[in-house]
Amino acid sequence: VGSVIMAPAVPRSGDAIFANVERVNAELFTLTYGAIVRQLLTDLEEVEEVNKQLDQMGYNIGIRLIDEFLAKSNVTRCVDFRETAEVIAKVGFKMFLGVTASVTNWDSEGTCCSLILEDNPLVDFVELPDTCQGLYYCNILSGVVRGALEMVSMKTEITWIRDMLRGDDAFELQVKLLKQIPEEYPYKDDE
Amino acid sequence: MIGAGKMKQYSNVLDKPLSKGRQEVSFSGFAYLFSELVQYNQTQVDNIGELERRLEDAGYAVGVRVLELLCHREKGNRRETRLLGILSFVHSTVWKVLFGKVADSLEKGTEHEDEYMISEKELLVNRFISVPKDMGSFNCGAFVAGIVRGVLDNAGFPAVVTAHFVPVDGQQRPRTTILIKFAEEVLRREARLG
Repeated sequence: VGSVIMAPAVPRSGDAIFANVERVNAELFTLTYGAIVRQLLTDLEEVEEVNKQLDQMGYNIGIRLIDEFLAKSNVTRCVDFRETAEVIAKVGFKMFLGVTASVTNWDSEGTCCSLILEDNPLVDFVELPDTCQGLYYCNILSGVVRGALEMVSMKTEITWIRDMLRGDDAFELQVKLLKQIPEEYPYKDDE
Repeated sequence: MIGAGKMKQYSNVLDKPLSKGRQEVSFSGFAYLFSELVQYNQTQVDNIGELERRLEDAGYAVGVRVLELLCHREKGNRRETRLLGILSFVHSTVWKVLFGKVADSLEKGTEHEDEYMISEKELLVNRFISVPKDMGSFNCGAFVAGIVRGVLDNAGFPAVVTAHFVPVDGQQRPRTTILIKFAEEVLRREARLG
């Protein structure tokens, strides 16, 4: 008796997905994000608090966005953290922001790496004034990555290493895998 | 510029060449962001009026910048000085850049000389929003009303701008109308210009 084997769906490339999703002008997105940051700076006064709130907003987005990501990308379980990082950089960023990141600076255990963004739609038209020097303007992005990874059982710690608004030559986001939460589901992937 | 490879370093944002504005992000990415804007502001207010005012403020900040950007890029550094000119700038140029299409309609109010309406069957920011019953007439379009007010105000056409749902026969979802009520001085100037 033969068993029915489902052909594994082929993961789709970020470009192909981005070409197929509904898109909006990046300037609307950029300026809306700017309005959010400005509101937070007015309300919370301390840049540290703004950093925290942006991270929280990103986390809220990440835990929702992962469902859409999995549904549209056909990505199945990644074999290791290396593959996970590549998928975020090449498929995730492309699918939502229309840009890709590169992955570098791996540690020897393969649990810590950097995502490098040269193009970042969040920062068009932005210049940090002197009063905002401690601000991580794009902190919402780190929250999104952290939230999304938590939904696929990976606890991570995310740190900004480089920031073009602070005079660096790229945006560098360090992603460190803290632990993989064991699955507690009573069923397997293919059931 | 997105997708242009290695980005050149500029010491000042004003030294950077103005992008052509054709880059895109996913609509859902924008929707997640907008939803966070609404949810955050909900935590800061006690009533619907205040929530709409805060969304309008956020939109106003966008409108100010959109006016500046589009006057540079699309209008050769000129801005409109006449009422119908600035209204058609909002309805066509601004709408097209921000929402990818010209607004469905631009009408003059029949009862009041100082009122104009821009209507949209399905306003972008309302696409994924369902307003709970207890929030009455709340309309996320307040954000877009703020954008419109930001553009008009900074072009020298102060106005009160509000967003309203208007039911449409045979349609499940209402359309959104952005109601623009110009300040007296604007109409006086317009009359003087003839």
